Amino acid sequence: MDRRDFLKKTITSGIAAGSTLVFPKMGRLWAASQGAGTPAWDLVAVRGGEPDQMFDSAIAAMGGIQTFVPRGSKVLVKPNIGWDVPPERAGNTHPALVKRIVEHCLSAGAKDVTVFDHTCDNWVRTYRNSGIEKAVKDAGGRIISGDSKGYYQQVDVPMGKRLTEARVHQALLEADVFINVPVLKHHSSSMVTIGMKNLMGVVWDRGYWHRNDLHQCIADFASFRAPDLTVVDAYNVMTRNGPRGVSVNDVVSMKAQVISTDFVAADAAAAKLFGTEPADIRHIQIASDMHLGQMNLADLTIHRIRL
Amino acid sequence: MTIRHLRRLRIWIALVFFMLTLFLFLDFRDFGLRVIAGEVLYLQFVPSLLQFLDNATLGAAGFILVLMLTLVFGRVYCSFVCPLGIFQDLISRLARKRMANPGEKKRTSRFSGSRPHYFLWYAVLSLTVLLFFAGTGLMLNLLDPFSSFGRIVSHLFRPLVLGANNLGVPLLEQLGSHALYRVQWPVFVPAATGIALATLMVVGWLSARHGRLYCNTLCPVGALLGLFSKISMFRIRIAPDACDSCRQCQRVCKAGCIDLKEKTVDVRRCVACFNCLAACPGQGLAIQNHWRQPARQNPAKPGRRGFLIGLAAAGMGLGSSRVDAGPVNSADSSDPVDPVNSADSAVQTRPTTIPETRTGPISPPGSVSVARFSSLCTACHLCVSVCPSRILVPALLDYGLSGMLQPKMDFRSGHCNYDCKDCLEVCPTGAILPLSRENKQQVQVGVARFIKENCVVYTDNTNCGACSEHCPTKAVDMVHYLTLPDRDLLIPKVNPDICVGCGGCEYACPTKPYKAIYVDGNPVHRKAEKPVEKAVEQRIDTSEEFPF
Ligand code: SF4
Ligand code: SF4
Repeated sequence: MDRRDFLKKTITSGIAAGSTLVFPKMGRLWAASQGAGTPAWDLVAVRGGEPDQMFDSAIAAMGGIQTFVPRGSKVLVKPNIGWDVPPERAGNTHPALVKRIVEHCLSAGAKDVTVFDHTCDNWVRTYRNSGIEKAVKDAGGRIISGDSKGYYQQVDVPMGKRLTEARVHQALLEADVFINVPVLKHHSSSMVTIGMKNLMGVVWDRGYWHRNDLHQCIADFASFRAPDLTVVDAYNVMTRNGPRGVSVNDVVSMKAQVISTDFVAADAAAAKLFGTEPADIRHIQIASDMHLGQMNLADLTIHRIRL
Repeated sequence: MTIRHLRRLRIWIALVFFMLTLFLFLDFRDFGLRVIAGEVLYLQFVPSLLQFLDNATLGAAGFILVLMLTLVFGRVYCSFVCPLGIFQDLISRLARKRMANPGEKKRTSRFSGSRPHYFLWYAVLSLTVLLFFAGTGLMLNLLDPFSSFGRIVSHLFRPLVLGANNLGVPLLEQLGSHALYRVQWPVFVPAATGIALATLMVVGWLSARHGRLYCNTLCPVGALLGLFSKISMFRIRIAPDACDSCRQCQRVCKAGCIDLKEKTVDVRRCVACFNCLAACPGQGLAIQNHWRQPARQNPAKPGRRGFLIGLAAAGMGLGSSRVDAGPVNSADSSDPVDPVNSADSAVQTRPTTIPETRTGPISPPGSVSVARFSSLCTACHLCVSVCPSRILVPALLDYGLSGMLQPKMDFRSGHCNYDCKDCLEVCPTGAILPLSRENKQQVQVGVARFIKENCVVYTDNTNCGACSEHCPTKAVDMVHYLTLPDRDLLIPKVNPDICVGCGGCEYACPTKPYKAIYVDGNPVHRKAEKPVEKAVEQRIDTSEEFPF
């Protein structure tokens, strides 16, 4: 039995065992996990566990990773790896979560799982010190550079009002499945960084966004390619001095996670966790007005899990 | 070991020094040799001398060791340690091969004895020394062999290596390997590349045609060490009785210092390569201890005379141009890859109108002050090569004429990584001191200044905040500015006390052509206050219900 099979077995059986305890509606769950396609819920929120455990239960509730990742597919996992800070500073997505997602994808038979970010600090150090490079390698995924313009190709943003074109990393253009894994944190100008804001890391020229109505550009770009799944890491949350943070004193332990196929919904729920109204985050409001997703959480089927 | 083997020994040691030094400059993937940069470069003469002048410690005494070695063995530095010297040996070796191969007339004789050029040599040395004490290291910077070599590698070879790497990436990717990754080009500074190219051409031509003529006519280090080797202990000597003037030694002497008519070796020009010892078919050459039995040598008069003339020439009103950090010409370094300002990004709504007013250049953290930095740096560009953020670039005239090519911080291509101290760790002259990480993080090399009228928030009434985003200390904070029907606007506010001058804000600020926030250099670096950290923090109760 090779490593991948082993992983797959362990994870699947773990989910089966865990989910019997957690979910009463087993029938619905297994039905969903067998035939790939529609997830069981619009949104799943988890609270109280470690990042990897929370993902295990959240994705199980969604019907298993195979709902999103077909065999033989190319997957792009896009965490936030913006800053050269250690995991406890919560400037980047938690490495344990990234690792688990990569493992799940590979266990579902993904051909190739790629991870990158266009970092703000020096990318080699940022990849290393965030712990994400090691996490990805340990899980069997591939971590690639986003640090050269040569990797980015010009694309049109069809629904863009201010952002009509952008240079996008080829890894996204080549991916069959796109899993967005932002960390929830404070942000000095977009108020919060969640899923849509995390997409700034797949383009080359971020300056243009800042120069041309940041919030509008964030929403515009979300229309280019919706992530197939958004996993918001709210395990450690930077509540001020974002997006880089000054010290661990900026961070609270929230031990939460939100996953959804609707990135606007995921951002809205995460904004609530952060303590703001989704409508107060202008890019969420704009995205909603552009019908890119549902920011009204009352209209969604939400599964809440406590661990 | 017989003296014949000394040549082999020299070649091996030289290759080790050369490869290590070369790799320090070329290692764009940071394979970790950098941690022993201090050891590798310990013996580099001029850097060590400068470091010692600034702070006399054992760790900076490499040049004393070189002098002592010279007193014992002659100019071994030039053949064993000096990267430019070893590089010349490589060139003349290649050139000889090429000349020997293509059917042109067979060159039986490679080198021949030549006359010394003491006047020029000592004039260069005197001028260098005098100008240095008069306050300008310009001559030293341009002629120090280590620094010249560094610039040649940084500005000519390194781009080739990066280019080859970047060409290799797609090829390997076709084969399914991701062992290589694309890297960004170094910042192109025409003056630095031009001077490196000129040096390479002079050195290359001289060494291809005349062996070590550069070392014996233009190199101030060679001239100085030549004076020491004049009184050295072990010297190569021709045994007049055993020598039958077959000229084998002269043919391999790249310094041209063997005079077979007089049966003498000009020990000042001898670079201790030991080629002759290996070449002599008989017993014509020996190494003699001159301290035990002083041998007769003709006292090379022209040398002394030239030296004095040189001194006089240099003394005559050659004033200094010192560090008076004049206004910075913002157009003197161009950056081909600028993610924020790249020419192909869409045109912004309105160009900014107020120019930044910089009062001086920004010297790297650890350099204490612009004046100190400028007096110690020899522009070897090792820091430029290793800076992972590519923000150290050779200055043109920012530090004054005498500081030409010395690196300054330029935030057009990036910002100084808060946790990084690579340049502090590699500088061989001590111009950039090796501070602890904590100390480095409190060095204020400059201060951010905000021009409100250029800021997007002011001109466009939209949020931007790129500056604050990049600030590691939150010295730029976003504060309430204006409430519009659909949004609250935040505008930057700088707290100069905790700003370290890292340039994060300037680099990220997207306005063009002038930035709305920029860093102005501190002529003397200051100590930034630590950002205040409120210790109390509300802990979120994880047993709480979901807020949705
Ligand atoms: S230069 Fe000062 S204000 Fe600007 S990012 Fe650096 S520390 Fe912050
Ligand atoms: S980055 Fe420049 S334009 Fe943007 S808020 Fe800061 S100063 Fe203003």
